[in-house]
Amino acid sequence: MLFAAIAMQKKVYFRGTWLPWLLVAPQLIITGVFFMWPAVQAVMQSTQLPDPFGLSSQYVGMENFQFLLNDSTYLESFATTALFSVSVTLMAMVPALFFAVLADSVIKGSGLYRTFLIWPYAVAPAIAGIVWLFMFNPSIGVASYYLKFLGVKWNHVLDGDQAMLLVVLAAAWKQVSYNFLFFLAGLQAIPKSLIEAATIDGASPWHRFRTITLPLLSPTTFFLLVVNIIYAFFDTFGVIHTITLGGPERDTSILVYKVFADGFVGQDLGSSAAQSVILMVLVGALTVVQFRYIEKKVHY
Amino acid sequence: MSILKKERAFIPLAIATFLLATPVAQAATEIQWWHAFTGRLGELLDEQVATFNESQDDYAVVAINKGNYSETLNAGIAAFRASEHPTLLQVFEVGTATMMGAKGAIKPVYEVMAESEAKFEPDAYLAAVAGYYTTTDGQMLSLPYNSSTPVLFINNDALEEAGIDSSSPPATWEEVGEILTTLKDKGHECPLTTAWQSWVHLENLSAYHNVPFATKANGFEAADTELAFNSPAQVKHIETMGQWAQDGKFVYLGRRNEGGANFRSGECALFTESSAGYAGIKSEAQFDFSIAPLPYWGDVEGAPQNTIIGGASLWALAGKTDEEYEAAAAFLSFLSSSTIQAKWHQNTGYLPITMAAYEQSKGEGYYEANLGTEISIIQMTGKAPTENSKGLRLGSFDQIRGIIDEELEGVWNGSKDAQTALDTAVTRGNELLRRFEKSQR
Amino acid sequence: MAIVGRHPWRTATVHILLILGIVLLCFPLYLTFVGSTLTRQEVLQVPMSLMPGDQFLENYKRALFRGTNAPVLGMLWNSLVMAMGIAIGKIVISLLSAYAIVYFRFPFRMLCFWTIFMTLMLPVEVRILPTYEIAAKLGLLNSYTGLILPLIASATATFLFRQFFMTVPDELVEAARMDGAGPIRFFKDILLPLSRTNIAALFVILFIYGWNQFLWPLLITTDPSMNTIVMGIKQTVPQADDFADWPLTMATSVMAIIPPVLVVLLMQRLFIKGLVDSEK
Repeated sequence: MLFAAIAMQKKVYFRGTWLPWLLVAPQLIITGVFFMWPAVQAVMQSTQLPDPFGLSSQYVGMENFQFLLNDSTYLESFATTALFSVSVTLMAMVPALFFAVLADSVIKGSGLYRTFLIWPYAVAPAIAGIVWLFMFNPSIGVASYYLKFLGVKWNHVLDGDQAMLLVVLAAAWKQVSYNFLFFLAGLQAIPKSLIEAATIDGASPWHRFRTITLPLLSPTTFFLLVVNIIYAFFDTFGVIHTITLGGPERDTSILVYKVFADGFVGQDLGSSAAQSVILMVLVGALTVVQFRYIEKKVHY
Repeated sequence: MSILKKERAFIPLAIATFLLATPVAQAATEIQWWHAFTGRLGELLDEQVATFNESQDDYAVVAINKGNYSETLNAGIAAFRASEHPTLLQVFEVGTATMMGAKGAIKPVYEVMAESEAKFEPDAYLAAVAGYYTTTDGQMLSLPYNSSTPVLFINNDALEEAGIDSSSPPATWEEVGEILTTLKDKGHECPLTTAWQSWVHLENLSAYHNVPFATKANGFEAADTELAFNSPAQVKHIETMGQWAQDGKFVYLGRRNEGGANFRSGECALFTESSAGYAGIKSEAQFDFSIAPLPYWGDVEGAPQNTIIGGASLWALAGKTDEEYEAAAAFLSFLSSSTIQAKWHQNTGYLPITMAAYEQSKGEGYYEANLGTEISIIQMTGKAPTENSKGLRLGSFDQIRGIIDEELEGVWNGSKDAQTALDTAVTRGNELLRRFEKSQR
Repeated sequence: MAIVGRHPWRTATVHILLILGIVLLCFPLYLTFVGSTLTRQEVLQVPMSLMPGDQFLENYKRALFRGTNAPVLGMLWNSLVMAMGIAIGKIVISLLSAYAIVYFRFPFRMLCFWTIFMTLMLPVEVRILPTYEIAAKLGLLNSYTGLILPLIASATATFLFRQFFMTVPDELVEAARMDGAGPIRFFKDILLPLSRTNIAALFVILFIYGWNQFLWPLLITTDPSMNTIVMGIKQTVPQADDFADWPLTMATSVMAIIPPVLVVLLMQRLFIKGLVDSEK
């Protein structure tokens, strides 16, 4: 029942034996070659210990997984990923909601504000990384220079908390725009009569926001929560790769970065494949959560 | 066409060569060289290639940048797996064991040279440099290309301002410590910074004090080597540095050479960095600076031994035709020629790889005109290397350096003591060494 | 909203807060622009000037025609080809498969559906190594095909079209049948024109998606002449013993940001529609 609705089809349909196959063929071939096959490969390689050049390889069973699970740094990476994702989600959603509420309440210029608030969405995470690195470069960064006057010694290459803050800011920056748009749409869908009625009852703005707006926004909020977490998990590789390379120590080494670093920098193909398999399970679970939500939306 | 594309700086020349050469000469053997140099170094490299290509008609080298050192090695390995690899690959020194282990993937340079008619005299190379890339029985596996060794750069103006006589630079870490205290007391914001912390403060520190970095002659003798850089000599140094970091005397600015910007801008007074940092400092520094040998601990017997190199060498990859190897041999021979080497050495601050290039630079009066530039060579060649100071040959060393970086950062920010950090790095690094050893079976 | 309008001071506060937010949001880009107009020495001067310098033409010319590894002009072209290829490719194959799934009954229809769905669970970040190896085996390294093809399978776009097709009245199919039109003509003459807005909206989103790809081009293009601008930027940040050319990096960044931002600003309506639709 869960996925049945979305697989529903028309009552009126065409007949044809080869045509439908021909139509889905391109999608299926690409999915098969570039998605399924690599996934199978990853599972197979996760039981192997190959040398970097692929000249030889030996079967090691579950050893790659054991190696990972005994590696405290890998487990740390889970915690780092969780902290990073939650922080990015908060940093991207709270200001977005704030601006959306403001923009929803202005009569003049709301279109203009929207224009100025949505463009960062178009900035690639990797470039966001470069831009923020430039601002917070410990040697020449403008932000780090002025922070000195506030008594903050900015050196994110040494201070793990600062490094985390910086990658979170860079990653959240463009996502604020995205969340803003959805919050604004959500706010505009709330019937104004509801709020006006509450106003007449003498409810304060904060009270109105808490008891009417926020509950009515909850579907949007939940949806954004899932989207933002998935974004923080998988789309922020560029931010880490351009700003911290996972450092200092391992303070910003998120799972997706570690897969890359172990496989492409460390040449440890077995471990990288094992990490891929673990990630697949993880993203599978996340997708099901997201999908359940899609289901709900399709149904109402 | 691809040649033209690669050498933007020489387009007019290349077009001319192209137009003149094509109709007459039969197709030259073209080989690819993947390297990790961009910017100023990339330009100098392109110039070498152009000079080589113009000097003869039989071979053409196409130089392609593949990102930084790690990315270049990766691109090479990945391309090998897809059978699209270049003939020559620039590999940084930490990749040496990985390359050596891949017997089926490389063609040792001594073989490449032996099979061709190109000039090759193994004795002509500086032992301290070539030794890193040579087997225990003296066969050169890869050709050293850019090699440097760490030295101490000093901002003389900053020292004078603090009332320190800059005419006699500190020789030992004890003396450095005194200078740092004076600078700090005078309110200096950045008395000391460093580049490449693992390379300078652990790898070279070990060699310089003649203590092992790893067992089995730092991995030269056998693959079952284990890391050993958590012995008292290294712990003492890292502990001291950690204390300096806490006191604000040592300022950590990054794993690579990020600190260079702060030294060049005059913000930092002392800077331990590769000798190759010279060119950049010379062109940017607005103050009087000098170069001193890397400091050592005065209380360690036998110190200073000699420092080891860093940088990269050129490897020939397997699976190419005889003609391509001949082209590679001709090019490697060309790179080793004293004119090319002397120019490279003087322009970049990298070490000359041959005695002849060193002599030529001497003869040209380069070291008198550029005080301090000879220090790196003397520091490397002053004493015959021991088994602790020939170099390092460790598998997965790029990752191990990453681990060392991580642990050292823990010391600098005060979250770990030196002994714990180094012990952890040794344990974690050994796990990788065992994994590497196993994958090589 | 009328409630706020009653208090002029509150309206003013709201405007000030919004403007402040915009300034904060835009400041990083402004600084990038300033950095791209200074000389190398000026950028290294601490603190850096907050006013644009006079090196605009110089730096952009240098970036466009020389770059660090490859001229930015070439990288821009590669990015354009990739972004267009991905957007068009995704739309075409998704339209076709959604059409088959909605308007036909055939064996293993559900299996097809599931297969497409699976792509959602396998982002490239998760399966990078094997995907790279397969692309290498197929000889797709350093080619536009390699940049585009592995990224154009799309569950999201397929679902989106499916959803839209479900809202198209069945009567249209019946009418087409009565006119003797087959499935191909129905698709071409009726369904496609009806989907125009959806296609355009999706195109805007997918163009940005394609333009902003980083990890995949980083792996698959080892030849600088095939670099895209978003990944190529990483290479303008100094390597090894070299020192930084920030103005060049900043000029390249600005040029990497402008095209997708223009798309968002000029096609705002379609962009918003696409965003909202594709996340349903």
